[in-house]
Amino acid sequence: MTQAQLAQGTSPLLAVRDVSVVFGGIVALNGVSFDMHKGAILGLIGPNGAGKTTLFNCLSRLYQPSSGDILMEGVSILSRPPHRIAEIGIGRTFQNVALFPNLSVMDNVRVGAHSKTSGDIISDSLRLAWVRRSEASINKKVHEILAYLDLEEVAHTTVSGLPFGTQKRVELARALAADPKILLLDEPAGGLNHEEVYVLGDLIRRIRDDRHMTVLLVEHHMGLVMSIADHVVALNFGKKLAEGTPAQVQADPDVIKAYLGSKDQ
Amino acid sequence: MSAAEEVVAEGHQAVEAVPKRAMTLGTGTSLVVLAALVIAPVFVKNFIIFQMTMLLIYGLAVLALNILTGGSGQFSLGQSAFYAVGAYTTAVLMEHFNINYALTLPIAGVVCFGFGFLFGQPALRLSGVYLALATFALATAMPQLLKLNFLEHWTGGVQGLVVTKPDAPFGLPMSQDMWLYYFTLVVTIAIYIFSVNLLRSRSGRAFMAIRDNEIPASAMGVNVALYKTLAFGVSAAITGIAGSLGAIAVQFVAPDSYTITLAISLFLGMVVGGVGWLPGSFVGAAFIIFVPNIAEGISKGLSGAVFGVLLFLVIYLVPHGARQVAIAGKSES
Repeated sequence: MTQAQLAQGTSPLLAVRDVSVVFGGIVALNGVSFDMHKGAILGLIGPNGAGKTTLFNCLSRLYQPSSGDILMEGVSILSRPPHRIAEIGIGRTFQNVALFPNLSVMDNVRVGAHSKTSGDIISDSLRLAWVRRSEASINKKVHEILAYLDLEEVAHTTVSGLPFGTQKRVELARALAADPKILLLDEPAGGLNHEEVYVLGDLIRRIRDDRHMTVLLVEHHMGLVMSIADHVVALNFGKKLAEGTPAQVQADPDVIKAYLGSKDQ
Repeated sequence: MSAAEEVVAEGHQAVEAVPKRAMTLGTGTSLVVLAALVIAPVFVKNFIIFQMTMLLIYGLAVLALNILTGGSGQFSLGQSAFYAVGAYTTAVLMEHFNINYALTLPIAGVVCFGFGFLFGQPALRLSGVYLALATFALATAMPQLLKLNFLEHWTGGVQGLVVTKPDAPFGLPMSQDMWLYYFTLVVTIAIYIFSVNLLRSRSGRAFMAIRDNEIPASAMGVNVALYKTLAFGVSAAITGIAGSLGAIAVQFVAPDSYTITLAISLFLGMVVGGVGWLPGSFVGAAFIIFVPNIAEGISKGLSGAVFGVLLFLVIYLVPHGARQVAIAGKSES
């Protein structure tokens, strides 16, 4: 199977190779492999406990796979500590919104640009000329993103007081501030109503097109995944159940049995 | 599902923090305060000038703790140890090596930065009350370390060291106390400005991101371990410089001047001034210097109890300290 994928010609932007994760005696992921190609929106689906979030946490290096490898542009990311994942172009959002609650929207997004900038405590304390230039360019970038996501009005508001839907947009803005090549979205539709999910789907597609990103969407909301994903990977009990276009996966008898079937009954 | 996720979901937070823009005073207020600080010594006695110098010095030490706790969310009851290292660095350099007092300040800062940075390494594994306890141990150990026999040649052991008070330079017609006050004021203003710059910069945002939520901070590329230890280093450096100035102002260093009581006073100063509000550091310093005297004036025999009651009143009436008063004043005007 690996050879077949290599023969496709275009090398994948991100390759998950035979990844397994074992917690004590529990196998959370069991030999999962798939590729993400540049510019695609890949939907990762599966019932609760299927291993979606475990895989997600392997990608952001919160978990270390027991075996297998994850390659970004052909290079393994597994030797990188979590704080050195952003700099190779992997940005993420969190399942239940993990912002910096006491900072303003602007500062949250500014922290997003941390990996793209440099600085040291002495230059920062003295506010040297290059620090001021760097801050000015961060601010320009942040304002552009806030305008893009319609967050300008709340730029100076502390995030803890904002509605949940707005906080989710702030998180997206924070992830965009580092100009990632891959955007990992962990259940972005969670907690949103029908209307908001529809708007979100549009937004994800727009971000992919405007900002040339590749998106990994881990989602429960089947409607959202099926309407915007180019490619879908279905997991169950830590194993890959099916992979293909949304239509193919939706028609797969195993998937219907494990996931859709059980929901319809 | 996992520990990592639970932490993310709870928005793990050590301290309730101040929004960043509200961390400083407005330009107008700053200028008024500055003018008062510059003019006041001309009209008061030397002893009052000395007390104002001590206010600035303790203010710096509280400010340093504020950067650590208000900025990066780490607790410390060990600030007296950093203060002692700064004080002894200055005393030893001045008395044994005849180095100019002004030059000993940056040296003490660098020494204490290193000390704080190294102490920050084991502290990385601890958080909240556990970190407070570890730093408490440091504060308890420091006076004993200073009394060690093999250091006695340098530190003077239990006796401590007497420090010569510098005269005003260039033949300025000024008392030693007044000169030292202005010298301290200049150092304080410089450090205050550097601290404000730091907290408003990329490094400061990294501190505050860690304080608010470590996991997303790390996902944004912030090296959590590095910035936590840097916060300890910066805080120790500023505390050390305060210690240096304190040694010069008091003209004496001895192990028992730097016990856990000092560390607790500084912690108290931070809470009274408002955690994370930098100007509050100086209000807190005024509290820990003057309120014990006021308490003594009310009742000699029960000064501790009176102090306790006054402290209790402050915490009850303004739980967020001087910051709360300042914000209330601003919104009313």
